[in-house]
Amino acid sequence: MSEKIKVPTMAEMTASGESPEVLFWVGCSGSFDDRAKKITKAIVKILHACKVKFAVLGTEESCTGDPAKRAGNEFLFQMSAMQNIMVLNGYNVEKIVTGCPHCFNTLKNEYPELGGEFDVVHHTQFIQELIDNGKLKITGGAFKGKKITFHDPCYLGRGNDVYEAPRMAIQKLDAALVEMKRCRAKGLCCGAGGAQMFKEAEKGNKEINIERTDDALAVTPDIIATGCPFCNTMMTDGVKNAEKEDNIKVLDVAEMIAEAADL
Amino acid sequence: MINILFIILVIGGFGLFAYNVKRIVSNIKLGRPIDRTDNKKERIRTMLLVAFGQKKMFQRPIPAILHLFIYVAFVITQIELIEILVDGATGSHRIFREALGGFYTFMISFIEVLSVLALVATFTFLARRNLLRLPRFHMDEMTGWPKLDGNLILYMEFVLVCCIFIMNGADEVLHLKQHGESYNFTVSSWIGPLLFGGVEDVETLSMLERVGWWSHLLMVLTFLNYLPISKHFHIILAFPNVYYSNLEKKGRFSNMEAVITEVKMMFDPSADPYAEPPPAPEGADTAPQRFGAKDVDDLTWKSILDGYTCTECGRCSDACPANTTGKKLSPRKIMMDVRDRAEELGRHRVKNAEATDDGKSLLRDYVSEEEIWACTSCNACVQECPVNNDPLEVILELRRFLVMEESKSPSELTTMFTNVENNGAPWQFAQADRLNWANED
Repeated sequence: MSEKIKVPTMAEMTASGESPEVLFWVGCSGSFDDRAKKITKAIVKILHACKVKFAVLGTEESCTGDPAKRAGNEFLFQMSAMQNIMVLNGYNVEKIVTGCPHCFNTLKNEYPELGGEFDVVHHTQFIQELIDNGKLKITGGAFKGKKITFHDPCYLGRGNDVYEAPRMAIQKLDAALVEMKRCRAKGLCCGAGGAQMFKEAEKGNKEINIERTDDALAVTPDIIATGCPFCNTMMTDGVKNAEKEDNIKVLDVAEMIAEAADL
Repeated sequence: MINILFIILVIGGFGLFAYNVKRIVSNIKLGRPIDRTDNKKERIRTMLLVAFGQKKMFQRPIPAILHLFIYVAFVITQIELIEILVDGATGSHRIFREALGGFYTFMISFIEVLSVLALVATFTFLARRNLLRLPRFHMDEMTGWPKLDGNLILYMEFVLVCCIFIMNGADEVLHLKQHGESYNFTVSSWIGPLLFGGVEDVETLSMLERVGWWSHLLMVLTFLNYLPISKHFHIILAFPNVYYSNLEKKGRFSNMEAVITEVKMMFDPSADPYAEPPPAPEGADTAPQRFGAKDVDDLTWKSILDGYTCTECGRCSDACPANTTGKKLSPRKIMMDVRDRAEELGRHRVKNAEATDDGKSLLRDYVSEEEIWACTSCNACVQECPVNNDPLEVILELRRFLVMEESKSPSELTTMFTNVENNGAPWQFAQADRLNWANED
């Protein structure tokens, strides 16, 4: 970050007797993966610029348990979930914005039954809220006239029926939003879900991320937009595999918004 | 005499059907309980939209319209079937005609027009299956019986429609000869004279009409009893299957009850680990249950109902990212495996009331580990299914069994589990470093 933004933690905020408007759930990718960290910083820039009073859990954050659950390890999932719920409830967290559709889905849909009831939104939904209530103003800027295609993350789209928020944000960039043949409810997975991110794929005749990148390349975009750090990795690899990385960028919606708003 | 033969045939036909339905219901009940009786309004709405209204079929408009022809023809022909049943039992002939008058002519004409449309659809579907060779009709699981089944249904539909027109056509010519007037049914008023106009002999015509009438009845009874061994059973099961479908967000996976109890106790400082468990409610199954599913009786009854409802259209596998890229996983096969295994286990349970284990299981004897680990849990199969099946739930339950009962998972996933457990992240990074990004450039 050019000018360092102070990222407050829940612990610090609580110690000073304050409570944030929203908790930013960074997620494991967003915390550790070098590429995903850029998305995290973009989200922070947006929150900061819109004067949203936010905090992160920092070292108190832990995996939501999503990959463990999808891989069949329900014990590990619930152990992780209960720990997180205790932390979140300890801070009386009410609203959460996540940087990852997997965290979003798990926190929103699977935690309530275990005692963790929060108002959970994905960062693209939060961006839409900020635009709608006038806090975030964007003019096309760097993306004006660019051809952008949006790859629907499974756990945002099919999993939770969120299709419009990311698209609305992209349209604010004065860009040409082009849809792939398989999009929205019919969008093809990038290949990372269901804990596939952490293992080699089974034997087949093609990698799923290559198949999906081919969908994207078919519409000759300047930018492939995503809303998920895993999708980002898979699509970036796909673009590299096609040796198109000089012409086609893979960016998160948050990164584009932050850049367009000159943050 | 002929009335008695008719009554015996009809009762026998419906009786055999009822017997087979009962058998299938008890196979479905092999599954674990799950409560899907909530939210009745939403369930009925979904059923009207998806099952009755075929909403999801219309994702692909051309096959949807053709399918609709056969579907509407099937539903509407039942009105004629009622008349056939009354006529057959009482010896009357077109008993509704007098009472309904002009409406009767309209109704039979409507049935005839739809039958012609259904015939067009039947031929198109046969061509699509056998000449166009759509890839999804020729995947590995679509050989042998499933392939024959798909074609047999269409052949039977063809015969059924032929019977209707032999019956109505011969009757039309007979009526012209005997009463000097036409029935004025849209199709048979011209196809009748075209086919049978040359037949002078009233007795031959009368016999032709009877042949059509009896063949129609026999075909209906045959078709009815063919349903329970065929994917065509979906014409009935689609309705309850959609009614009981999952109404939650697709991304939400169930939280296992048994694990909730265990984990909550672990987190409760006042819990006494040596305390006696609370007494089980009267009549409850006290046998310890498996985590996840090894066999069909570990799945919920809804998953088994899914299997029986599956119409093997393959839209799920067509949309599956793993299948599309040549992996062994095919969600359709998972559904067919559940059904076939339920049939097998059901037969075994009937023969051996005592022994409940036949030494086989859904996992490994039907579904391989390679298949279930290829799933990305993307929900494309669930999204596509025109009858709201959920192959993903079966895959998840099988994974749960492998991981929690057998500690068997691909080694990279075992590493991921260890990392989540020890570091709170799927990768080997320390939790203490989680905020480092905030201080990096």
